[in-house]
Amino acid sequence: MALKFILTLILLSPLFGGLMAGLFGRRIGRRGAHTITIFGVAVSTILSFYVFYLFVWQGHSPYNDSLYTWLVSDGIRFEIGYMIDSLSATMMLVVTFVSLMVHVYTIGYMDHDEDYDHHNPYYQRFFSYISLFTFSMLSLVMANNFLQLFFGWEAVGLVSYLLIGFYMKRESAIQANLKAFLVNRVGDFGFILGIAVVVMYFNTLDYTEFFNGLAAHKDTTMSLFPGTEWSMITVMTILLFIGAMGKSAQMPLHVWLPESMEGPTPISALIHAATMVTAGIFMVARLSPAYELSEVALSFVLIVGATTAFMMGLLGMVQNDIKRVVAYSTLSQLGYMTAALGVSAYAAGMFHVLTHAFFKALLFLAAGSVIIAMHHIQDIRQMGGLRKYMPITYVSLLIGNLALIGFPGFSGFFSKDSILMAVGDSHLFGAGYAQVLLYIGVFVTAFYSFRMFFIVFHGEESEYVKTHQIKESPWVVTLPLIMLAIPSVLIGFPLIGGVLSGSYFADAIHVLPQHDVLGEIYAHHYNGPFDMIVHALTTLPVILALSGVVLAWFLYLRAPGLTDKLKATCFRGAYVLRHAYGFDRFNEIVFVGGARKLGEFFWKGIDVKTIDTGIVTNTFTSIAGMAASLRTAQTGYMYHYAFVMIFGLLGMLVWVLW
Amino acid sequence: MIFGFPILSTLIWLPIIGGLIVLFVGRDRDQLAKWIALIVSVLTFLASLPLWLEFDKTTAAMQFVERTSWISQFNIQYYLGVDGLSMPLVLLTTFTQILVVASAWEVIKERVEQYMGAFMIMQGLMIGVFVALDGILFYVFWEALLIPMFIVIGKWGGPNRVYATIKFFLYTFFGSVFMLVGFLYMYFQSGSFSILDFQAMHLGMTAQILIFLAFLIAFAVKVPMFPVHTWLPDAHVQAPTAGSVVLAAIMLKMGGYGFVRFSLPITPDASMALDWLVIALSLIAIFYIGLVAMVQSDMKKLVAYSSISHMGFVTLGMFLVFDILQNTQSTQGSMIGMEGAMIQMISHGFISGAMFLMIGVLYDRMHTREISAYGGVVNTMPWFGFFAVLFAMANAGLPGTSGFVGEFMVILSSFKANPWYGIVAASTLIIGAAYTLWMVKRVFFGPVSNDNVAQLKDLNAREFAIMATLAVAVILLGIYPAPVIDVMHTSVENLLIQATTSKL
Repeated sequence: MALKFILTLILLSPLFGGLMAGLFGRRIGRRGAHTITIFGVAVSTILSFYVFYLFVWQGHSPYNDSLYTWLVSDGIRFEIGYMIDSLSATMMLVVTFVSLMVHVYTIGYMDHDEDYDHHNPYYQRFFSYISLFTFSMLSLVMANNFLQLFFGWEAVGLVSYLLIGFYMKRESAIQANLKAFLVNRVGDFGFILGIAVVVMYFNTLDYTEFFNGLAAHKDTTMSLFPGTEWSMITVMTILLFIGAMGKSAQMPLHVWLPESMEGPTPISALIHAATMVTAGIFMVARLSPAYELSEVALSFVLIVGATTAFMMGLLGMVQNDIKRVVAYSTLSQLGYMTAALGVSAYAAGMFHVLTHAFFKALLFLAAGSVIIAMHHIQDIRQMGGLRKYMPITYVSLLIGNLALIGFPGFSGFFSKDSILMAVGDSHLFGAGYAQVLLYIGVFVTAFYSFRMFFIVFHGEESEYVKTHQIKESPWVVTLPLIMLAIPSVLIGFPLIGGVLSGSYFADAIHVLPQHDVLGEIYAHHYNGPFDMIVHALTTLPVILALSGVVLAWFLYLRAPGLTDKLKATCFRGAYVLRHAYGFDRFNEIVFVGGARKLGEFFWKGIDVKTIDTGIVTNTFTSIAGMAASLRTAQTGYMYHYAFVMIFGLLGMLVWVLW
Repeated sequence: MIFGFPILSTLIWLPIIGGLIVLFVGRDRDQLAKWIALIVSVLTFLASLPLWLEFDKTTAAMQFVERTSWISQFNIQYYLGVDGLSMPLVLLTTFTQILVVASAWEVIKERVEQYMGAFMIMQGLMIGVFVALDGILFYVFWEALLIPMFIVIGKWGGPNRVYATIKFFLYTFFGSVFMLVGFLYMYFQSGSFSILDFQAMHLGMTAQILIFLAFLIAFAVKVPMFPVHTWLPDAHVQAPTAGSVVLAAIMLKMGGYGFVRFSLPITPDASMALDWLVIALSLIAIFYIGLVAMVQSDMKKLVAYSSISHMGFVTLGMFLVFDILQNTQSTQGSMIGMEGAMIQMISHGFISGAMFLMIGVLYDRMHTREISAYGGVVNTMPWFGFFAVLFAMANAGLPGTSGFVGEFMVILSSFKANPWYGIVAASTLIIGAAYTLWMVKRVFFGPVSNDNVAQLKDLNAREFAIMATLAVAVILLGIYPAPVIDVMHTSVENLLIQATTSKL
């Protein structure tokens, strides 16, 4: 009972703050809005720490209870409730903590905004949105059933839509948010069908009942095309994964994420890096008992993840917008997490979600700090030599980068190295392919991260930097940087053992013995975190990462002219990368254009021409002719006649009745 | 009936008599006409609440029954009653009526008493349709309704109203004649016009098929279903705001109601044999009409097509039971579809009403419905923008709004009937979002596009109250639909038994 109250408080206090700031924003003013929302999220954060302590440290047994029944139909209970175990407790902590940091940061970031005059309560609106996002994301991760999962899933999509389009006067922003919503809906299309399979075969939406029913359906098949029989579990898990591909931006549904950078930077950190985009990873980990039963689905997941990790990483190399560099690195890292899921290393994938949340939020907020200093210029070519003006931001971004490239000892090292080892150890179809791509990806990641880093902070000062006063951001901005930098460095040490051995997520993630690559690594290769660091220094990933950094240093600091020559020699490759493989163009022509053409044809070709003109008009013209002659005789009185008709009718009715 | 008080008759006759009074005393006294209309609609709404509060959820039998002989020579009776299928629709009607009256308050300036009177009479007739249990009584209400709607569009409508009214009249009249023939046939077979007797009577397969088709034509026109839907966009575009609201929120539901009151229980074997037809037309509505909605440049046309597309879920959900029965030898899963269809009707009443009211708000200010005439409205009308995004999301079926409940349930059930039904139905997730949010983007977002938009004034108190009421309804039904489902439950169960029990 007490726990239920605490959980409800965690869930609802951001909602309360968000509603207050949104509906009464003008009345409570800026200070009121940020006070009340930060208070709400702070309550959630503190209580989430407690829940984390209870379920992860103390090993409290999983908590599963419903809050209320949404509806009951055909004996199936559609409920709203909580399933709390190490997995959800971890996500709750990540979501609330990063959200709290972003709330504080926003005070500094949104202080002045040239898009709005001072009377517009955009500031309150922004706080309202990020609090509502926190509520939605919490309801997603705390869910104990598919209905609530879907509710949270769509609700975060809504808030993401509102925030990407936050600068709603900008055409690019409102184009980006429409695109984000629709691409996510393509994923949700698969997702809802996956849920439909669950209901069809398991007659429940409840996770526990669903897991209990899995064993009986191991060999169930279903037929989508006559003559074909597919494993039902495979169809179901792949459909659900399509939902994850939308939300976690896996190829080919990744196209919305780079453009989501149209939103203000704090939400790029919170939603489009740390939390929402990891919902897909979380969902697959949550449903691990089902994914374990289909190696086809796992291979599919693995190949999609590895492909995304590699191809999106390449795109990071040619970006000049500081946020886009970080956005493509997010896409690529999401690919790593997905690949981890594919080889049944769910714990490693979730671990990367956790470390990535800290260091990627750090990177985005640091990038935002640079953007503040540069008066909202985001092109890295206009920066340079910022190091001496903004030391805290400089160190934060460096820490974030080192964690990102998996520099030994940093949090990202532990999580990424476990993924790489797991993929290397797997015998699943596609594991070899994935391993090659993920290893090259390590090099690429290091290269583009430090390319951006060197261009922004080192090198020569640009005209803009020379002529403008650049200064370090205020404390509300730097404090969250410091708070995020700490876990970005340290979080790996205490957790890595539990992740590999399987004890961390033991109550939530289920891996079949023959798939348990992490357990094997733990049994044969693991001797503590420090040994892991020492051992890694001689292995390929670290060497690749360091060569990436060195190459970036060489090309951008040592021999800056060389890049132009390189671009000239590989202009075809550069062209392909600059156009991001042409996905946008393809979608624009085939899907958007195709749907419009089809709509036009249905409307003008069938509705208007065939039905209306062809069939109806013949009947209609005669009637219309009649009506016209009637009208010329008694123009304007037709409605009187109609009234008389109805009164007559009613009168008759009444008369006969009594 | 509590304490012998004839609630249903009150709900029918209070607005009709009120409407007559408004017609006679309200001439050139606009304020009086409006206030009488408002008071009567509030009273009617209050009078309808006992239906909900005193409703017995445990029985599928008719409740609040009133029965007297009307035309005894033909055994035609004044026979009224509600069950879980019709009661929510009655409440939807009385609820919507208040908003309809309020929406016209400052907008209608000519012949106010006739306008109000027409809508009040229309309300009584619509309630009559939902509660009538005698075939002829039902038919009288059903047909009589055409007249006030005809007048509303013809008198207060847009420039092309004559075309629209005649098309509207022609289509619906054409449809319902077949229904009357069906009633007469069954009367001659059974000697009774009672709908419950129709449901109980024995019918051979040929008779069932013919009756089913006759009903299908009548109800398909009303819903409307492809290919007899083309009257609706024209009627909506020409109708004044309140006319569109009544049309979309209530009158379309009469078609859906017809299927559950007549087609399924009276002709179960024909329904089973021809369910593919209804399902195919429903899926066409969802997919095809959705795409048509996307390319509209007139907001009202867009929402009208979107209405047709959403009503596709109603008819789809109602006819899934037979496929499920055939595939799995049990009806498990079909109730989700049926209840989804029913709740979709209620939800669509709120959402389509809200969408048309929103367009009305814009039209009152700018006198155009062309999407291209707008742009950046949210800058000058922030509260209106808030409601617009909310209702747009509801229209796109976002969880947490009522639009999600029915769609979700019908998709779950249709997938069970046949995965391909589910796949086509789920396409609404993409298409529905595309046409709705694309319109929102072009109308509401972006910079202020022209001087007219720059001069716009945000919602006044009356408009705000209307929008807020609907917003509450949409969200409440979205986060807690259980009470509505519970009310329907026993009747839906009974309906499924009727539909799956052969009459042969």
